[in-house]
Amino acid sequence: MSIEIKTTSIEPLRRTFDHIAEKLGGDKPASRYQEAVWGLQPALNFHYRPTWDQRYALYDPGRTAIVMNDFDDLIDPRQYYYGSWTLQRGRQQDSQEKNFEFVEKRNLLATLDDIWRDKITRFVLPMRHVAWAANTNNSYICAYGYGAPVTSAAAMHMMDELGVAQYLSRIGLLLGDNDTAPLDAAKAAWMQAAMWQPLRALVETSMVTHDWFELFVLQNLLIDGMVQPLVFARFDARIVAAGGAVFAMLSEFMVDWYAESSRWVDAVVKIAAAQSHTNCAQLEGWITHWLPQVSAALTPLADFALDGEGEAIVAELAAELRARLARLAVQV
Amino acid sequence: MAGKVFIALQNNADAQPLINAILADNPAALLSESPGMVKIDCPTRLVVRRASVEAQLGRDFDLQEIHINLISLGGNIDEDDDEFVLSWQS
Repeated sequence: MSIEIKTTSIEPLRRTFDHIAEKLGGDKPASRYQEAVWGLQPALNFHYRPTWDQRYALYDPGRTAIVMNDFDDLIDPRQYYYGSWTLQRGRQQDSQEKNFEFVEKRNLLATLDDIWRDKITRFVLPMRHVAWAANTNNSYICAYGYGAPVTSAAAMHMMDELGVAQYLSRIGLLLGDNDTAPLDAAKAAWMQAAMWQPLRALVETSMVTHDWFELFVLQNLLIDGMVQPLVFARFDARIVAAGGAVFAMLSEFMVDWYAESSRWVDAVVKIAAAQSHTNCAQLEGWITHWLPQVSAALTPLADFALDGEGEAIVAELAAELRARLARLAVQV
Repeated sequence: MAGKVFIALQNNADAQPLINAILADNPAALLSESPGMVKIDCPTRLVVRRASVEAQLGRDFDLQEIHINLISLGGNIDEDDDEFVLSWQS
């Protein structure tokens, strides 16, 4: 007896959900990211306005001056959804843990000169308060924003910023040999030192900025776009040149994370600007309004960290940011 | 038939960006789907570009990662860090 083996090919009835197919323009295989974010924003059947702010519906695209045909267009090029994001951060956490362990075991921070320990305490550690504000601001963007692509990415960004704040705190604990003295000194500097007050005022203003997209521009594009390169590129280069490579080991996550998250920030700004001239003009207006204030707030800090060269360095960082914006077709 | 090359990949979510990138980079490519597998035929030459896969994938991609979802291929391989090319070299 002979047995004939046949294969039967079964054509799937549908390749993705209807609302995804509509967005994709046809029933094509969709990525997990697309299925995770598109159409997730609750939009219908909210009959009553929230009692705490009757001007808007509970989820209202009108909470920002930016107008999009579809807020689902503001996609994240990293294609992060909860699963892919946690896997990636988990890997980074493992390697960063190893770095901390290495530094702690060999007591490498003890080899730093007092002048650099002092600069880390008074310039780098207070940045954890800035990172915490960034955490709160992204939480606001997530809460009041519209469209799951941008709000879910903001939620992940919010936790990333908290991670940055925690790594900075751990550098402080290492510096003080598990004593909180350096962190207390950093808090005092943040609250009282004259050089911190302009940035503290700016950060506090950002926390009462109501337009969520304006806050996105101010926090994620401008403040982070200047603070991160100042601390983790310019200052980092100085301290490494002076024998402080240990600082680079402890801040490796921040460098990788900033390069990666900038791609998301750039994409959101670029897509919003490309949507209409009005959007583009609005973005340019916000940037022209806030960028000089961010520069001014950072100058005294950069002066302290980089030995009086603050003004020149901050001007350089602002020029780099303008070049980055020009690539997104935003001219300021 | 002479000169025709092909690549067969598992038909899953991980391979989808790779399949999309190959189809975008090779206009002459012909996709045929079988249960659990896709086979892409191409006359004379088929190229997998790292940059295109990265654009689809949204992260850095090492071309060696295609082996995770690769089932079979036909053609001589010419590869470097940026491109993986199939063709028959006489």
